[in-house]
Amino acid sequence: MTQRLPLVIFALVMALIPLVPGMPPFWIVLLDNIGLAALVAMGLVLLTGVGGLTSFGQAAFCGFGAYTTAVLTTAYGVSPWLTLPLSLLVSGIAAVLLGIVTVRLFGHYLPLGTIAWGIALFYLFSKLEFLGRNDGISGIPPVAIGSYEMLSPGTIYYAIWIAVLISAVLTLNLLDSRTGRAIRALRRGHIAAEAFGVQTPRAKLLVFIYAAVLAGLSGWLYAHFQRAANPTPFGPQAGIEYLFIAVVGGAGYVWGAVLGAGIVVILKEVLQSYLPYIFGGQSQLETIVFGILLVMLLQLAPSGVWPWLTARLPLKTARRTADTSLTLPARERAPSTSAVLLQLDKARKQFGGVTAVNDVSFDVKAREIVALIGPNGAGKSTTFNLITGVLTATSGAISVLGRKVENAPPQEVVKLGVARTFQHVKLVPDMTVLENVAIGAHLRGASGAVASMFRLDRADEARLLAEAARQIERVGLTDQIDQLAGSLSLGQQRIVEIARALCVDPMLLLLDEPAAGLRHMEKQRLAALLRQLRDGGMSVLLVEHDMGFVMDLADRIVVLDFGTKIAEGTPAAIKKNPEVIKAYLGAAA
Amino acid sequence: MSALLSVSDVHIAYGKVEAVRGVSLEVNENEIVTIIGANGAGKTTLLNAVMGILPLKGRTTFAGQDMATLDIEDRVAAGLSLVPEHRELFATMNVEDNLQLGAFRIPKATAANSFERVYNLFPRLKERRKQLAGTLSGGEQQMLAMGRALMGAPKLLMLDEPSLGLAPIIVADIFRTIGELRAAGVSVLLVEQNAQAALQIADRAYVMELGEFVLSGAARDIASNQRVAASYLGFQHEGESAV
Amino acid sequence: MNTTIMLFLLQDGITNGAIYALLGLALVLVFAVTRVILIPQGEFVTYGALSYAMLATGQVPGTAKLAVAMGLVAFGLDLFFARKSLHARLIARAVAVDIVFPLAVCLLTYALAGPKTPIAVNIALALLIVAAIGLFLYRIAFQPIAHTSVLVLLIASVGCHLALQGLGLVFFGAEGLRGPALSNVALTAGALRFTGQSLAVYGLTIAFIVALWLFFGYSLTGKALRATAVNRLGARLVGIRTTLSGQIAFLLASLIGAISGILIVPITTLYYDTGFLIGLKGFIAAIIGGLVSYPLTAVAAILVGVVEAFSSFYASNFKEVIVFTLILPVLVLRSLAAPAVEEEKD
Repeated sequence: MTQRLPLVIFALVMALIPLVPGMPPFWIVLLDNIGLAALVAMGLVLLTGVGGLTSFGQAAFCGFGAYTTAVLTTAYGVSPWLTLPLSLLVSGIAAVLLGIVTVRLFGHYLPLGTIAWGIALFYLFSKLEFLGRNDGISGIPPVAIGSYEMLSPGTIYYAIWIAVLISAVLTLNLLDSRTGRAIRALRRGHIAAEAFGVQTPRAKLLVFIYAAVLAGLSGWLYAHFQRAANPTPFGPQAGIEYLFIAVVGGAGYVWGAVLGAGIVVILKEVLQSYLPYIFGGQSQLETIVFGILLVMLLQLAPSGVWPWLTARLPLKTARRTADTSLTLPARERAPSTSAVLLQLDKARKQFGGVTAVNDVSFDVKAREIVALIGPNGAGKSTTFNLITGVLTATSGAISVLGRKVENAPPQEVVKLGVARTFQHVKLVPDMTVLENVAIGAHLRGASGAVASMFRLDRADEARLLAEAARQIERVGLTDQIDQLAGSLSLGQQRIVEIARALCVDPMLLLLDEPAAGLRHMEKQRLAALLRQLRDGGMSVLLVEHDMGFVMDLADRIVVLDFGTKIAEGTPAAIKKNPEVIKAYLGAAA
Repeated sequence: MSALLSVSDVHIAYGKVEAVRGVSLEVNENEIVTIIGANGAGKTTLLNAVMGILPLKGRTTFAGQDMATLDIEDRVAAGLSLVPEHRELFATMNVEDNLQLGAFRIPKATAANSFERVYNLFPRLKERRKQLAGTLSGGEQQMLAMGRALMGAPKLLMLDEPSLGLAPIIVADIFRTIGELRAAGVSVLLVEQNAQAALQIADRAYVMELGEFVLSGAARDIASNQRVAASYLGFQHEGESAV
Repeated sequence: MNTTIMLFLLQDGITNGAIYALLGLALVLVFAVTRVILIPQGEFVTYGALSYAMLATGQVPGTAKLAVAMGLVAFGLDLFFARKSLHARLIARAVAVDIVFPLAVCLLTYALAGPKTPIAVNIALALLIVAAIGLFLYRIAFQPIAHTSVLVLLIASVGCHLALQGLGLVFFGAEGLRGPALSNVALTAGALRFTGQSLAVYGLTIAFIVALWLFFGYSLTGKALRATAVNRLGARLVGIRTTLSGQIAFLLASLIGAISGILIVPITTLYYDTGFLIGLKGFIAAIIGGLVSYPLTAVAAILVGVVEAFSSFYASNFKEVIVFTLILPVLVLRSLAAPAVEEEKD
């Protein structure tokens, strides 16, 4: 419970603040506003900082929450407590509809899309008759418990901050789970996550909805705090401000949202009250200072204030020791070497007019190490992408254990027991080695987002981490298990990728240049590991440039040149093959 | 005569980790010098720092000029050129435009001569002059990267792993061209993992391990050194031939 | 529907569309060279338009002083970043560009401003002021973070928009302004009347498209700008000063923005915050063009203008809603066309 101690202290302090005698009500209003902004920013932390989906449109979801309760309570006399779930539901549904489109947007199109619908929704709010157009809706009843009405800022204060604390705990729980790891992997691109079975569009939609519901909650609270709703606080300007809060606090940190909200709301208040004294009565001066501060912040501290602060506090995160006695059910293995595991039959891939893979056929049998060699641009990585479902073949057939996979998405291919590493390492640099490797076991766990938010996933989680720890031990990186993946050398990161692939419990391991960046001794250790895996019943298909390594290790070699297979055979035969010597190796070896 | 490039007691750090520690080296005119060593020894880091891409501590002079106050663009103008490990071509522009931009810092009249020289050195590039750089094969991209660097008529060409990812047979071609450069009056500083090929072509060599030079001397002597033979010429390139 | 109304709407749409096209082109230009998605493009429009409108009434706009102030900050940054390698040539350049240039523009404005100043002089002054602001905006806000991700640049861009829009209110007040027309010529063809103003809009749009196409396709400077966009390190390695490329791009963009503003301010009343929406519409066009294609951007801009004209006739309340929703299917299509395999270089 030591990790929970700071949280309990924080909650107690927050609970006592309004009870301090002589506390100016103005401060309480400020704290209310901080709490409201923190809720929205917390959603953005998950969405933008962790998931990598930048949204300028979060304010619109506050609008959905606020307007839902405003309309229902004023026009239909529904009780505020009944509108709470409805507000969250409406924000959630709006998020599903917008999210289905938004999460499919690529790169910087995504933030641009959120600007577009953020503005469109703002105009919609301000033009619709039943939302009161630009004037909005007033006379919203206060929230009440029995006959106790939360009329003053000091009473709704508790509702707001209880919401903030509960949301923070649930968010932290979610991040520290199987689903959380999948979300955290999103920022590094979808390919690595999908290769281990993560349904990335679904994971993105999940965070999108989660963030929208938090914003909806903030909107609901706001409506009953202000007792009115009009379009301005839900417009693009506000959307930008929320993003600013998340960035100031530290976009990757849940508590950064609270800290950022505190800094920005107080700063805004100070600017609004003091700037006119300094520069005369001009309005909007705070916007100018705001904009300038945002630019300066990005230049000076792009990762925000929270990480800067925690690096200076003596807070130690407890080292997690995984109980390696827990096991996951393993896959059944083919007993003999006769079974064909992977078969490519005239696989072809064209990009526009360029043929990257030209009718390539080969197979990999059980308990066999096959190497794919050839110059850069010969189509080796494209072949890997065809096998793993990242790319769809233009023609030809690819099958794994007799199952056709040429049109299967990566998530299906990995289920058949095909795991891979990448030529350009795709780890999440700010996650530990253990967490990175555990992503490999994604499909071997079952707990969902809701279960992990309420900590009902612990047994499942312990087994996944145990498996990850075991594979890390197997590749010899136990000493680095708690280090951030980004802090390892490139060679070690490649080994981490192998451990991650092993967590799939694969039948076939695809390794893209595993030995690059390794020293002589490390290469020998890697070769020994791969031999040991083969003898344990696994097959390996690897791309590698180091001929010494390949010739020593591979049972069979396939040579590609300009997308075409020019030779196949044992290392000894390949070394002597005139075609290979002419196109690739040069003068006889 | 003083050296063309002189680097003395250079330290380069990434954050708190020193990747290069107290390294000194010289390249004279009309000389091919190679730095060999395992991946991660700090070779690329050193080259990038000499070019001005990374900051370094220590003294570097080029053609008698102290380079401390020069940025990358100034160093290019002074006649120093780098073909980086990832080549950094303008992928969506054609071969000719890539080459023309290579001559960005020299007068237009001189650029015409440069074109002729580069096309003579790499006839393949002339054949493909209207093709987009990104669609060239790996070997052609390496040629283009070298060609682009030569367009600016450099005094010293620094090559980072020119053989990386290329078919051994193309590698032979590239190394032959490097030899021709010396004859044309361009000095070369070559960083290579393919130690065997590099040592055959170079005049002098430095062996780098964990950020330090552990050995230096005439390339011939280095090639016959027991320790070098064991660590760099043995196992690693067993499958490849003498080039 | 009435053919005359349709023709009117079409003409209105095309005129607005041409302005959006100009802005779209500038956005494409800036993105291609610097990877900055230029949200403050709208402020260049209002600054140009309202500076011109104020000059036309004989007042000196506050933007002239802003240019000087930004120049001073840029000067400080120039010296700070070069503090380890200061030499005379560098300082001379910094003094000339950052101090002498904006100061000269500002003093010139004070000297020439008056109720009788010819339109051409006012236009030239407004353009010079906004060009200086554009140049320094890149130097101050974006050059120090030029190597970061598109996203960080985008957020910084939003910050610049906020600051510049706020300053716009200070300089021009909350009241809208209109400027004098460039010419009072008018042609009539059937039911349609073409003003000299709208003809100038068409002419300048076409001229800019052709000029940009020639500049980027054929001149060495244009190619160097493109090269900067394609591969920053590669550009530096052949000796292209990427910081200069960025400054040139911003200079061109601010000029185009200011010209657009001066072209529309005689037609519609502009407020300090109108630019944002106008800029965003240019933006929609630029995105349809994939932020790379100039001709496609121009065509898309005309389309946006026409859709806007028709929706303001049929559903004037929901004009903005329709125009901004229009962008979503385009973004989806663009995303689907994006490569399945991620860029391997981070």
